[in-house]
Amino acid sequence: MNKIRASIKEFTHALLQINRTEAARILNRCYKSENDFCQLEQIIRESLDHIGTGWEKGIFSLAQVYMSGVICEQLVDSYLPQAAVGPKTAPKIAIGVLEDYHSLGKRIVSSVLRAAGYELLDFGSGLSPEKIVTKTIEHQVDLLLISTLMLPSALKVAEVKQKLQHAGEKIKIIVGGAPFRLDPQLGQRVGADAAGSTAFDAVSLIEKVYKT
Amino acid sequence: MKARTMTSFERVTTALNQREPDQVPLFLFLSLYGAKEMGMSVQKYFSQPDHVVTAQLKMKAKYRHDCLYAFFYAAIEIEAMGGEVVYTDCGPPNTGQPVIKSSSKIKTLDLPRVRTNRCLIRVLEVIQQLKAKVGTGDPIIGVVMSPFSLAALQLGLGKYLELLYFDRHSFRTLMQKNSVFCIEWANAQLEAGADAICYFNPLASPDLIERKTYLNTGYPIDKLTLSQINGPTAMHLASGMTLPVVKDIIDTGAAVLGFSSQDDLDQIKQETYPNICLLGNLNGLEMVHWNTDQARQQVRLIIDKVGPGGSLILADNHGEIPWQVPEKILLAISEAVQHYGRYPLDGNKK
Repeated sequence: MNKIRASIKEFTHALLQINRTEAARILNRCYKSENDFCQLEQIIRESLDHIGTGWEKGIFSLAQVYMSGVICEQLVDSYLPQAAVGPKTAPKIAIGVLEDYHSLGKRIVSSVLRAAGYELLDFGSGLSPEKIVTKTIEHQVDLLLISTLMLPSALKVAEVKQKLQHAGEKIKIIVGGAPFRLDPQLGQRVGADAAGSTAFDAVSLIEKVYKT
Repeated sequence: MKARTMTSFERVTTALNQREPDQVPLFLFLSLYGAKEMGMSVQKYFSQPDHVVTAQLKMKAKYRHDCLYAFFYAAIEIEAMGGEVVYTDCGPPNTGQPVIKSSSKIKTLDLPRVRTNRCLIRVLEVIQQLKAKVGTGDPIIGVVMSPFSLAALQLGLGKYLELLYFDRHSFRTLMQKNSVFCIEWANAQLEAGADAICYFNPLASPDLIERKTYLNTGYPIDKLTLSQINGPTAMHLASGMTLPVVKDIIDTGAAVLGFSSQDDLDQIKQETYPNICLLGNLNGLEMVHWNTDQARQQVRLIIDKVGPGGSLILADNHGEIPWQVPEKILLAISEAVQHYGRYPLDGNKK
């Protein structure tokens, strides 16, 4: 147990330094010693979780969060085939950016979820409420993750919710992005089932919302 | 004897010089809000300098605040570079697809010349017209994006971060080009009649980039750029937390620091006074849902904690009042400043 804790600490440090070579070396060493993908998944998940919590507390930067996600996503991609572990396919999750083209939040959430073993559909950026609703229904999504950058697009989540309800769909919506972080009541006001203040909330929120 | 009422310009310059003016200066950063005032679409509003001039003057009188704001929208610099701008009904125009599609294009990237660019000339015309109307009575604020933060709009933030961490050579090339553009753009606004430049730099905030990386990358560019802007500057982190980099920002020579609603009021005053004037920090997003009592309380809290000794300009923390903020809230903020913000301050005032 001490060994894995030490690896998590070391791996977290490499991620915070944005040192992808060192991060890969640590994971490779762990995989060679234990040959256990689940252990790698634990190292990645707990390291990212630690960095996300640190960001929320103002200790780490968004760049460290994002770049850690980029590095981990690349590492997970390289280990998944070797480990022959299937991704989690339920619930069916999709993610998209409403109205604008700033997809950083979407990318971080996607990295975190993929690192946690979730498979998700990427609906892209610059989506209108109509388009995101059409895609959601077409792909029979269970959970829709919506990322926004600015207040006007955050307010349009209410329109997405309304259109889904009119179509008789009970798809759950989880929202995230700066407007929801700066105004914690906003998610509730636009009718979202949950709002994440950081990308790292996504895993627990998905589990919580999907069970209700 | 009752003290003479200062002009907005006198009020602001007194606060900037770490002295107490007649009352706390108030900057309402009303950019796209002018379209609402004029009852027209955002796109139509920004298409004609006359619309912006008329709205700025009307809003200055209506809300009795202390600046004329020549800012159109952040994406205008990208538009000037040939990028796409996406208009929405009730929000600021935003950048579309990144104007730099790949880091390999940076080496040959040509940035626009300010004085011949159609988009930027519109802003210069607004400043010239405002100056002709108000002379030296009201400060006119011009705006630039810092070279370090502009790159996030040019490439998209994700790609830019990958460039910053994994390709320092291309990063430096882009910074050199952006810095030349930024200096030319800021100085053109000053020559047109702007009295100060708001230098938007959200990526300087440790919320976005950790201080160590910022000091090794964007900070030297900021210092170099700011040193060549021929007028007073306000470093504005656009809602980003400032406390961990306050001392670094003071060393850039900026006269003003735009601080965040997340910054602790007591600590920020302690860390900055009397070295830099503070600008902030009403939460522009929460403002959308405030009632008038909440607006008054928020104004009072900031004035009580940060106002003593001068060196405070009350403003929102993002540099742009959202369209969705009701007019009655802006009026309540203005009235609260008149009531609680008269120097000498009286913390016991009801």
